[in-house]
Amino acid sequence: MPRANLVKAFRKLLPSESVLFEPEDLRPYECDGLSAYRQMPMIAVLPSNEAEIIEILKICTAEKIPVVARGAGTGLSGGALPHADGVLLSLAKLNEILEIDPDACTARVQPGVRNLAISEASEAYGLYYAPDPSSQIACTIGGNVAENSGGVHCLKYGLTVHNILKLRVLTIEGDSLEIGSEALDSSGFDLLALMTGSEGMLGIITEITVKLLPKPETAQLVMAAFDDVEKAGAAVANIIQAGIVPAGLEMMDRMTIAAVEDFIHAGYDPDAAAIVLCESDGSNEEVADEIEKIRDIMHMSGAVRIDTARNEAERRRFWAGRKAAFPAAGRVSPDYYCMDGTIPRKHLAEVLRRIEDLSSEFGLRCMNVFHAGDGNLHPLILYDANRSGELEKAEAFGARILEICIEAGGSLTGEHGVGIEKLNQMCLQFGEAERDIFHAVKAAFDPDALLNPGKAIPSLRRCAEFGAMHVHRGEEKFPDLPRF
Amino acid sequence: MQTRLNERFQNTPQGREAETILRNCVHCGFCLATCPTYRLSGNELDSPRGRIYLIKQLLEGREVTRKTQLHLDRCLTCRACESTCPSGVEYAHLLDIGRNQVEQTITRAPIDRMLRFALRKVLPNRNLFAFVLKSARLCRPLLPERLQRMVPAQPKIRQNPPQANHPRRMLVLQGCLQPALNPDINHAAERVLDKLGITLLEAQKASCCGALAYHLDAQPEGLDAMRRLIDAWWPYIANPDKPIEAIVVTASGCGVMVKDYGRLLKHDSAYAEKAARVSELAKDIGEIVAAERPELTRLLENCPASEAEAIAFHAPCTLQHGQRLDGVVENILKTAGFRLTRVADAHLCCGSAGAYSIVQPHIARQLRDNKIAALTRDDPTFLVTANIGCQIHLQNGTQLPVRHWIEILDRVLCGETGDRNP
Repeated sequence: MPRANLVKAFRKLLPSESVLFEPEDLRPYECDGLSAYRQMPMIAVLPSNEAEIIEILKICTAEKIPVVARGAGTGLSGGALPHADGVLLSLAKLNEILEIDPDACTARVQPGVRNLAISEASEAYGLYYAPDPSSQIACTIGGNVAENSGGVHCLKYGLTVHNILKLRVLTIEGDSLEIGSEALDSSGFDLLALMTGSEGMLGIITEITVKLLPKPETAQLVMAAFDDVEKAGAAVANIIQAGIVPAGLEMMDRMTIAAVEDFIHAGYDPDAAAIVLCESDGSNEEVADEIEKIRDIMHMSGAVRIDTARNEAERRRFWAGRKAAFPAAGRVSPDYYCMDGTIPRKHLAEVLRRIEDLSSEFGLRCMNVFHAGDGNLHPLILYDANRSGELEKAEAFGARILEICIEAGGSLTGEHGVGIEKLNQMCLQFGEAERDIFHAVKAAFDPDALLNPGKAIPSLRRCAEFGAMHVHRGEEKFPDLPRF
Repeated sequence: MQTRLNERFQNTPQGREAETILRNCVHCGFCLATCPTYRLSGNELDSPRGRIYLIKQLLEGREVTRKTQLHLDRCLTCRACESTCPSGVEYAHLLDIGRNQVEQTITRAPIDRMLRFALRKVLPNRNLFAFVLKSARLCRPLLPERLQRMVPAQPKIRQNPPQANHPRRMLVLQGCLQPALNPDINHAAERVLDKLGITLLEAQKASCCGALAYHLDAQPEGLDAMRRLIDAWWPYIANPDKPIEAIVVTASGCGVMVKDYGRLLKHDSAYAEKAARVSELAKDIGEIVAAERPELTRLLENCPASEAEAIAFHAPCTLQHGQRLDGVVENILKTAGFRLTRVADAHLCCGSAGAYSIVQPHIARQLRDNKIAALTRDDPTFLVTANIGCQIHLQNGTQLPVRHWIEILDRVLCGETGDRNP
């Protein structure tokens, strides 16, 4: 069906302002939070309820049109990068909290509800939703499920997959599936886990039942400053080895501290080479006890300054600084490229050293922020997209970092998803047998490969090409083939 | 974010400024969360990030239409996004550049042009506006109910302001709409400051601050109004015998504009220096009163105490985001013995936004109704704000009285006991 007819068909379903098809309107939708990758969709649609989505999917299935779902567009791996011949399906208008059940400690929400809005709405019942990605102010719960997002508190409370109970999902044909249950276990295959982190490739999520947790009696935060990044890394390992499971355990390096202080004025030590933020939550006695232990360990690990947040406002400010760290990079560099590798904690110091070496090798600055507790690194490679060649350099630098993560026994992604960005490295992490299974699962849900095609799982051909390139680094074998 | 500005803009001051701002944006999307229009529409094009993109494509030389103009028009310029932005993007400045550029490229529909022209001519003209308002009030009983509500009622006027001559002197901005809509705000400010030992002066011939025209697509006209106001104020500012300490602004919407004169007129060699001085002197009435905290506390001790009344404070965007004075007025009201109720989404605009409630009535009404719901949830006895625009706009949507906080403080300091409900 030509575009004009599709537009006509969609306009029968939706108000005209909700069907965008001219470049002027489409360009702002050409990328998500990873603006280095851009592609205008053929059409963008903004439905406001499930019935409309079903009709849209039926049209797309009949006409074999690719569909890419989008929430708030805050993703950092290009998961919501549009398809040139496809429909971009914005779920932002489905932003209602349908029900909060304070007895069962659950909330039933639409996919376009912001992560933080769930906690705000549950506050009256003394409850909150635990996973808190740094973009929680803006990112949507639908996107969190699609990417299996984490956050600074996932060390203790788990990722999105550990905090949801049930999903309503539409297949590409527009049929509705109920996945999971209100009970903690459900019979049959665990499709809930499969769907979480599936990056919009298996279905369109239209409703999510999340678990809510009682707000801990108290929470307390220690900020420890170190004159050496390796000492900070060791402090992190020491805390975990002491058997403490902090509510959050985060680390930032000097450049990050400077960028963040400029915005939040959090009160971090500006002279530190690195700071570690460590939070304890629970009952008053537990927290007091744990905070004392944490302070001792920080001291023994060589911290030059140890502050405990004096009040709730200061604790929030310490966290606000950490959560603003990525975009605050915009204050020191016009562009940044955020990586998301995960490594075993014991290799932290070594990996950091290798990143530093790469930074000099590529001639690009690199800010380091990470969920130190679970070994999830977020190196931010700073570059200037207006200078020709810099983006390519940043990409090559980033790819090397991910390869180092895999060599260290880690993984490509901690919480941001593979998207379009880490496709090549997927070839390194998984062998052909595993990739075949991925493709088979995808085909079982979406035989025509219409849902977010080209993301998350690399094709066999792509891996063959990348493998060849990888072996002969520096002398690309197929320079004419697009790498991304 | 990558930019490839069109040659036309590459070497203009506006183009360079726009590019610097655009380069700061990293497209993270945090701003979507606190944008009032995005929260209503869920459309990226009605978000700060989307508008930045629309302006970017305009400056990159791509064809734009009335649609871009519409999405830029829908922006309230509340600047909540700037408070949220970790990258420090000066969105409002970029929007000014974008709007100005669109205005030069796209011709508005005749009815839209006429409305905007009429607003620019009537609202900033104190006498003309007073006449129009008076006529409307006279005709009010004859109007249909829907229109009746749009005509603000005549507020009660209290006794005349004091005429004391303190050594400490400050200039006050009279404003254009405020004297007709609610002259008591400046009178109250005069009385309160008199008690704090400060005399307020009004400059002859001082007129509108220029904000209305500047934000109604007539930036040159707005800049002219600013120059006229600077000329009217300058004899007071430059008088070495009787110096003035500050320029007091009782409407936060005007205050944010006057504080920006220095930047807006920096390329005007005849006015740059004077404008910078004016901006330096400009203070919201909240800043002035907060600086006199010890004296205020002493005065309050002499006032008869009464039971703490619950009031809901609406912080105008121009106060909390534009002037970054979050918490200043709230603290004064608490000092004065009021209990401030909790207001959800306090960072969101009420929809007044200068002439926005007239040119975008549909969105303005939705925002106002949401705001009234948030303000009244904890049953306050009345609502308080810090800007005449918000006061009138909110009053249209509620039976509860809406007042400027300085009027409330004035009543407490005047020793009125019991129900201080205005």
